[in-house]
Amino acid sequence: MQETISFTPQLAASLIAEILWLIPAVPIVASGVIALLKQPKRQASAALAIGSLGFSLLLSLIAFGHVLAGWAHKVDVREVVNFTWLQFGTSNVDLGWVLDPLSAVMLVMVTFVGLLIFIYSVGYMAHDENFTRFFCFLSLFAGGMLTVVIANSILLLFMGWELVGLTSYLLIGFWYQKPSAAAAAKKAFLTTRVGDVFFLLGIVWLFAQTGTLLFYSHGAGSIESGALNALLAQHSALGLTAAGAIGLLIFAGAAGKSGQFPLHVWLPDAMEGPTPVSALIHAATMVAAGVYLVARVYPLMHAGALTGGTTTALTVVTWVGAFTAVFAALIAVAQSDIKRILAYSTVSQLGYMMAGLGMGGVAVGMFHLITHAFFKALLFMGAGSVIHGSHDEQDIRRMGGLRGSMPVTFATYGIGMLALCGFPLFFSGFWSKDGILEAAKHWSVARTPFYMLVFGALLTAFYMTRQVSYVFFGESRAASHAHESPRVMTVPLAILAFFAMALGLIGTPAWPWFRSFLDGRAAVLDLHGFDEPGLFALMVTSTVVVFIGLGLGLWLYGSKSPAPEQPEVLERLAPAPWRWLRDRLYVDEFYGVTVIAFYGWWARVADWLDRRVWGGAVAGVAWAFRGWAQFNRFLDTNVVDGSFDKGCEELASGGGLLSRMQNGRVQTYLRILAVSVVALAAILIWSTRP
Amino acid sequence: MTPLTGYLLVAALLFAIGLAGALTRRNAILVLIGIELMLNAANLNLIAFWRYGPHPEALTGMMFAIFSIAVAAAEAAVGLGLVISIHRHAHTTDLDAMNRMKG
Repeated sequence: MQETISFTPQLAASLIAEILWLIPAVPIVASGVIALLKQPKRQASAALAIGSLGFSLLLSLIAFGHVLAGWAHKVDVREVVNFTWLQFGTSNVDLGWVLDPLSAVMLVMVTFVGLLIFIYSVGYMAHDENFTRFFCFLSLFAGGMLTVVIANSILLLFMGWELVGLTSYLLIGFWYQKPSAAAAAKKAFLTTRVGDVFFLLGIVWLFAQTGTLLFYSHGAGSIESGALNALLAQHSALGLTAAGAIGLLIFAGAAGKSGQFPLHVWLPDAMEGPTPVSALIHAATMVAAGVYLVARVYPLMHAGALTGGTTTALTVVTWVGAFTAVFAALIAVAQSDIKRILAYSTVSQLGYMMAGLGMGGVAVGMFHLITHAFFKALLFMGAGSVIHGSHDEQDIRRMGGLRGSMPVTFATYGIGMLALCGFPLFFSGFWSKDGILEAAKHWSVARTPFYMLVFGALLTAFYMTRQVSYVFFGESRAASHAHESPRVMTVPLAILAFFAMALGLIGTPAWPWFRSFLDGRAAVLDLHGFDEPGLFALMVTSTVVVFIGLGLGLWLYGSKSPAPEQPEVLERLAPAPWRWLRDRLYVDEFYGVTVIAFYGWWARVADWLDRRVWGGAVAGVAWAFRGWAQFNRFLDTNVVDGSFDKGCEELASGGGLLSRMQNGRVQTYLRILAVSVVALAAILIWSTRP
Repeated sequence: MTPLTGYLLVAALLFAIGLAGALTRRNAILVLIGIELMLNAANLNLIAFWRYGPHPEALTGMMFAIFSIAVAAAEAAVGLGLVISIHRHAHTTDLDAMNRMKG
């Protein structure tokens, strides 16, 4: 094992760290058991899935408590349990898991939000005949995601990463009878695969350079100072250090999973899956895995930065994040599918998280990740409730006036929407977004990302107001009457709504609890945190921006949303840009005429080569072998068989001849005996004569 | 004392009579009797060669003859048993009728 040769004494991991592997293992086992259940065993499968995730939540809370206790005693909790999985030559393939503030926070978020969504799914999927299969996939997803979270080995992380990719594919294509769902599943799988190839390259490079797959291994891990110094000493192309280049490769994987431009195209299409899937996988947890990955390898990306400075890798992360944030927010303005708006909003918010990581560090990005997970899960589940209540209608132009018929959904959705917009003071999104904006304001490289993110915040407030106006205000434009969803769906909504507001309290500038927790500093309540120069101005700016967005949305839409057939206000104002935005800025079409067209051409070339060249060669070889076989057959029938038959005939006739001597008469035998004796005697006498 | 040649002549005559009986008779019992005669001719030769050999004081020839007689007795017993069994099976002792072992 790695520890035995490391020079620092092995710190004994606590019991909870030792059994941390149970957190992902239990849902995976539950998924296997559900897979063996028969289709009608609906209650058993749901109970298994929810029970196993509940158990994981319990363990996660214990683990979180353990880290909290360590933090309270001013101990930096980072307990690792590593073991060697494979050994070849002198290299070890090590796996392991780590319990530190980052993984503990993420564990609690994933299991808690996941559990609520599992419970919600019982109501949402109640009428689906493949209920059992759905919970099997959900459990498998939870297991994979939790593997990603606890992994201390980049290989184990990659295994969980691919597992969530697989379940994402399975769940997007859950209603595989719909051609659009099947196509979306394939698209998601292939697009994320592009990022994963780079990610794998990064893993291999990191392993080749540092000789270990572990993140932390008492000083011998790949993102601890020893290995980082070695990586910094090496330079690769374009003036990057090896650490920066590996960091960028890993970021490419994260961009694929987290829907960053230009690999964002799969995420809006992923909304073909059932709504709980959209909430769990494509809003709260899996897409955040990319952000979590960047946070996990942050030391690698940050390596070589001077105090307050930045590195090339982090600069790239920032620009990609900021661009994605604005780009996706723009597209979201002109969409009319309730889930598609939220999907683009997710892409945009993931851009915020990436930008936060790039400019402000782990705590800033992760705080937005956690708050976003709660309010975006809330929004998606609210959208699911709306879709469920209005009889599978997803077009916001055909809704309207749902405020009266779905009061609980409206209230909780409103809270989620205000949190997403960053409504001041009482909503978590305000504080987490402000953290990012503050980091952007102090960024040493450029001010442009700051302005981009502020503009993105304006757009966010605007498109969410437009959506809420369409769905909940005004007169009903729907064909049928909507009804409120059952309790099993509204109770999780209410719980999430509570957290969408309350979570902000742990990350205000006056009491930066979350940030201190992740950074391992003591959290102090200090109202002077607000006195920091420029902070108040920033808060005012962001408040004003949010109010402009909200006001603009209410003024343009409010309760006077047009009928589905009529053009919208903005569409009348600027038809051409509206059409571009509605058609998602033609990124899909661009890929269609470049990448896909190239692959189509290449496939035709390969097909031609296959038929003519390789096929011809194979046919030639086959022809030659057939000729050889014919020759062998001729030899066999005429030479081998002929001689064998001849030998058999000779043997048979010889036997017939000999059998005539055996006539059964004793006296004949005796006679032959006598004659033989006489003949023998004669020979003896004749041969011994003198 | 009678010369060796006399014994040998008697033995040869006895063997010839036995062989003729064994070859010509059809009755299985008579064939057996012929074979007994041939065996006794051989025994006579053994005794004669011992008595006229270089070590007549050692009882080697006598021992051979006694063993041979014992074996002949056993052979006769087996042979007669076979004949009785064949007679029970085929109700005959005619050897020409016994040709079921033909190849």
